[in-house]
Amino acid sequence: MSGNEKLKVELERWNAGVDKSLAKHPERRKDFVTGSKAPVERLYTPADLAGREYLDDIGLPGEYPFTRGVQTTMYRGRFWTMRQYAGFATAEESNKRYKFLLEQGQTGLSVAFDLPTQIGYDSDHPLSAGEVGKVGVAIDSLADMELLFDGIPLDKVSTSMTINAPAAVLLAMYIAVAEKQGVTADKLNGTIQNDILKEYVARGTYIFPPEPSMRLITDIFAYCSKEVPAWNTISISGYHIREAGSTAVQEVAFTLADGIAYVEAAIKAGLDVDEFAPRLSFFFNAHNDLFEEVAKFRAARRLWAKVMKERFGAKSPKSWMLRFHTQTGGSTLTAQQPDNNVVRVAIQALAAVLGGTQSLHTNSRDEALALPTEESVRIALRTQQIIANESGAAETVDPLAGSYYVESLTNRIEDEAWNYIRKIDSLGGAVKAIEHGFVQQEIQDAAYAYQMDVESGERVVVGLNKFQVKESAPEGLLRVDPSVGASQTAKLKALRAKRDSSKVESALAALKAASKSDANLMPPIVEAVKAYATLGEICDVLRATFGEYQQKVTI
Amino acid sequence: MERTIRVLVAKPGLDGHDRGAKVIARALRDAGMEVVYTGLRQTPEQIVQAAVQEDVDVIAMSILSGAHNHLFPRVTELLAEKKVDDVLVIGGGVIPEGDYEFLKSKGIAAIFGPGTPTGTTVEFIRTHLKR
Repeated sequence: MSGNEKLKVELERWNAGVDKSLAKHPERRKDFVTGSKAPVERLYTPADLAGREYLDDIGLPGEYPFTRGVQTTMYRGRFWTMRQYAGFATAEESNKRYKFLLEQGQTGLSVAFDLPTQIGYDSDHPLSAGEVGKVGVAIDSLADMELLFDGIPLDKVSTSMTINAPAAVLLAMYIAVAEKQGVTADKLNGTIQNDILKEYVARGTYIFPPEPSMRLITDIFAYCSKEVPAWNTISISGYHIREAGSTAVQEVAFTLADGIAYVEAAIKAGLDVDEFAPRLSFFFNAHNDLFEEVAKFRAARRLWAKVMKERFGAKSPKSWMLRFHTQTGGSTLTAQQPDNNVVRVAIQALAAVLGGTQSLHTNSRDEALALPTEESVRIALRTQQIIANESGAAETVDPLAGSYYVESLTNRIEDEAWNYIRKIDSLGGAVKAIEHGFVQQEIQDAAYAYQMDVESGERVVVGLNKFQVKESAPEGLLRVDPSVGASQTAKLKALRAKRDSSKVESALAALKAASKSDANLMPPIVEAVKAYATLGEICDVLRATFGEYQQKVTI
Repeated sequence: MERTIRVLVAKPGLDGHDRGAKVIARALRDAGMEVVYTGLRQTPEQIVQAAVQEDVDVIAMSILSGAHNHLFPRVTELLAEKKVDDVLVIGGGVIPEGDYEFLKSKGIAAIFGPGTPTGTTVEFIRTHLKR
């Protein structure tokens, strides 16, 4: 008898015993499921991996299909980049927080912009009222960006910027600030999110319709491959898709479907796949189901490697690698007994590390209530440092590989994500699937099902629907000074009076002309930024040519 | 027969987080109410105009960006200017409890924070209608 046949016999015998014991001691519930409601079996054995070849399926670290990670030695070389997303109020205030974080041992910056900045409005625009400096820092012009990075050498840090619709403008400002510091663009390291497709389905800070938005993105790919070669030109994001309520499988599938759309757009724009693909990066969520999340990261890597090699014929192994940032799940945090969130974040962060993330943001315990305080941010950063230095999780490569359960989950997530990708292909690709509202509807259905499970008690959320206590209102929350709006408006007024307005006008006219041609938009945007044209002025020029996106409303 | 309750679910301001708004819209609909959802980026003026046009009994606003103290009271002010006094206005989202009193003083009848069961909101609407 072969090993497998013997196992089959043994399993039958064992199962008969289980049936007997169940009669006396029933299990806690009828159906066991993952955090995303996928079925979980009682036991996983080599039988669940029958027919799979280790070298084809899992392979070795740093090699195709990268199931075990994109680097050969992973965290034995160096830890992941610890990168806390931060920014609020004014550039001066955020600059102080960045310096604090760097002093605490953080190794990269991550800039949060306020909503007017993300949607291309100046702080004095009527729609900006009440929003200035609230969810991030307000940036109206190069002058604000100079203050934001004052005293931070841009050739020494890597900076991630969560900016999408106006990503080209903020990248241009970053390049201009570096130039003033004497740092040339080829020395810059960092990432712009620049992922418009998920804005339409999950995050909401879109400006332009899909077609010109895709052009802006491919213009950035082309410009950076020559001028800013070490820059990650996009961070294709599942994070917000998951936050909007998707399952783990949907997070992988919709993110990679968006990725496919960007690659197709760039190839259509005449770029060579191996020239831009190595600079594509990804951004995922980490929720509470430790094993499902680890499997998700591994499945995403394997799937993307196949897409790039087989579908797009990329030749360079760097084009096949899915490199990603992870943030722990904001929507999993409870406003009730907020200190419990420290534990949730620790589990999620561990999942990201066991899943081979390249960088990590750990959420702070008070984020279901307000922006985090300095103390809460420090605990969140310390959580990463404890995992790195004390848990042992970073000492060997991909430690959960070979777990019958984790490998089975990895296979299942990959298979189900492929099914979604084929469905999206049949609808004409991610852009069309979004225009039809297919992606939005799938996410909303999952979000509603989750909510109903919490309300029925089917799903336990500690402190929320079980183990509650009477609580008084939390104290010591961070409040953004409401005078930020007025001070930004005053700064803008002074800037408009001081700058050379003829230079601004001619730069904006050049941008307008470029927007109506096929020319790459990055060079005229860089020139406009250097002339101290404001973000709102630059985006208005583009709005006039491109029009604005009208949301597809579905409930 | 009892009249069907009409609700406008609205997203004021620039905030793009609409998971909560959509879940609550669906829960109210499942509870038998008629629901109109505005979509993202509505000004207080647009919200009040839609409320009048759709003749709703309730305006339910969701905001997670921190702009609630500015945007919620604008809606109740505009309603007052239009002499509309029989529409119940409620809100939800990431709103510190310390702001609840201020918002109530501005005519927001209740704030539902993170973790509120949808049934609580349904029940509140049923028992606090102004017409």
